[in-house]
Amino acid sequence: MASVPRYWRNIPSYYRLVGSKCRGCGRTWFPPRRCCPICYSRDLELIELPTEGVLEEFTIIRTPPSGFDYYTPYVVGIVKLRDGTRVLTQVVDCDVTELKPGTEVVATFRRVREDGDFGIVMYALKFRPKR
Amino acid sequence: MRTRVGVGIHGWGVYIPRYRIKVEEIARIWGYDVNYYVKSLMLKEKAVAGIDEDVATIAVEAAKNALKRASIEGSKVGAVYVGTESKPYAVKPTATIVAEAIGATPHVLAADIEFACKAGTEAFQICTGLVASGMVEYALAIGADTAQANPGDHLEFSAASGGAAYVLGPDDSRAVASIEGSVSYVTDTPDFWRRELSPYPKHAEAFTGDPAYFRHVVNAARELMSQLGLRASDFNYVVFHQPNGAFPLRAAAMLGIPKEKVLPGLLAPEIGNTYAASSLLGLAAVLDVAKPGERILVVSYGSGAGSDAISLIVKDGIEERKNLAPTVRDYVNDKTYIDYGLYARFRRIIRYVR
Ligand SMILES: [Zn+2]
Repeated sequence: MASVPRYWRNIPSYYRLVGSKCRGCGRTWFPPRRCCPICYSRDLELIELPTEGVLEEFTIIRTPPSGFDYYTPYVVGIVKLRDGTRVLTQVVDCDVTELKPGTEVVATFRRVREDGDFGIVMYALKFRPKR
Repeated sequence: MRTRVGVGIHGWGVYIPRYRIKVEEIARIWGYDVNYYVKSLMLKEKAVAGIDEDVATIAVEAAKNALKRASIEGSKVGAVYVGTESKPYAVKPTATIVAEAIGATPHVLAADIEFACKAGTEAFQICTGLVASGMVEYALAIGADTAQANPGDHLEFSAASGGAAYVLGPDDSRAVASIEGSVSYVTDTPDFWRRELSPYPKHAEAFTGDPAYFRHVVNAARELMSQLGLRASDFNYVVFHQPNGAFPLRAAAMLGIPKEKVLPGLLAPEIGNTYAASSLLGLAAVLDVAKPGERILVVSYGSGAGSDAISLIVKDGIEERKNLAPTVRDYVNDKTYIDYGLYARFRRIIRYVR
């Protein structure tokens, strides 16, 4: 069962890539954090992160958790955004066997998961190769 | 219908999924004669939504492109209307998902509009009225569909996926096209329908042509020209709803419009019938190439049935906006072919069982 409250709480991050920026050291984080793990400041602000970046590393998921069955095989990777923030995300609209690290990617709004035939449909930004 | 104060298009944006299936492939599976679809209906291939795409995702991508061209923040949008007949939820507005994704929430009017393939221009007309009344400064009208068709039905050759979005606002110096006027032509004509809980629509075969599409489209266009004191020759481009490639050209012939004025906005041969997005995608393809001073006629058609006819005049400043987002051509050309097996999986005609 998917958690509706947890999805709902995270909508700004899922839909608009809202992360946090530390006012102490200037680093940015995704998903947003309440406390900076580098300078321990608790003074962080929410900001919308850039929606373009470069794929650094990735793996191909062929045996998915429930709710992701339709989408296999799919790519989960780390994208380094224009401002340096690293985002764990899916990469779509590509041939998974030909994808390479270093590919320039751009965010795209997609369906991520559904809770069976009658439950909630969850959406989020994924990334796709830039063309 | 004319507004007391001017309303204009500030930005247009589209999204077409990259997957295509050729009509030959569909004909191969069901044993139909492909020549009928290629020659008589002028269909080559159609756009298919990917496995993680639906009307909400298509609408969001189109809306973001429209906002880029309008060069305004999503928070400035006071109304979001999504015209569609294939919404992800039967109950829960797609427009709430779009409004949230573009940052227009919480002070925003939002609803899904249903009128078969006319739902997109219906949303466009509602937004025109809201802007003209001064209730909102900017309104977002979207037509998007991932059209359903019975496997093996004639509709399967054309039912396609795509979306188009328009940011409407005051007809000031930032607007790229003025809305000159519009009319609506609506009757109770049961040519195509889908009952509650039925996964696919039904249609009244031969009934869909003359009493349905042509009657509504041609009458709406004639009435608009009469109200605005215009002739067919006053329009540089004409866009009709596109159930296939042939119907729009026949409607044009009935109105004395040469096909050269229809072809720039005729997308059905390459992407199929995108339902509520169809005429609005055609308009976007025309705006991608139109020049200041040119006049455009758009006529939608929605089964059930009705047509909206809208006249637009392109304004100065459109050139600078064209490159702010991908064009219709960019999306049409970015394609990957799939076979019927993958198509059946993407459209969930076959189900995952484990
Ligand atoms: Zn810090």
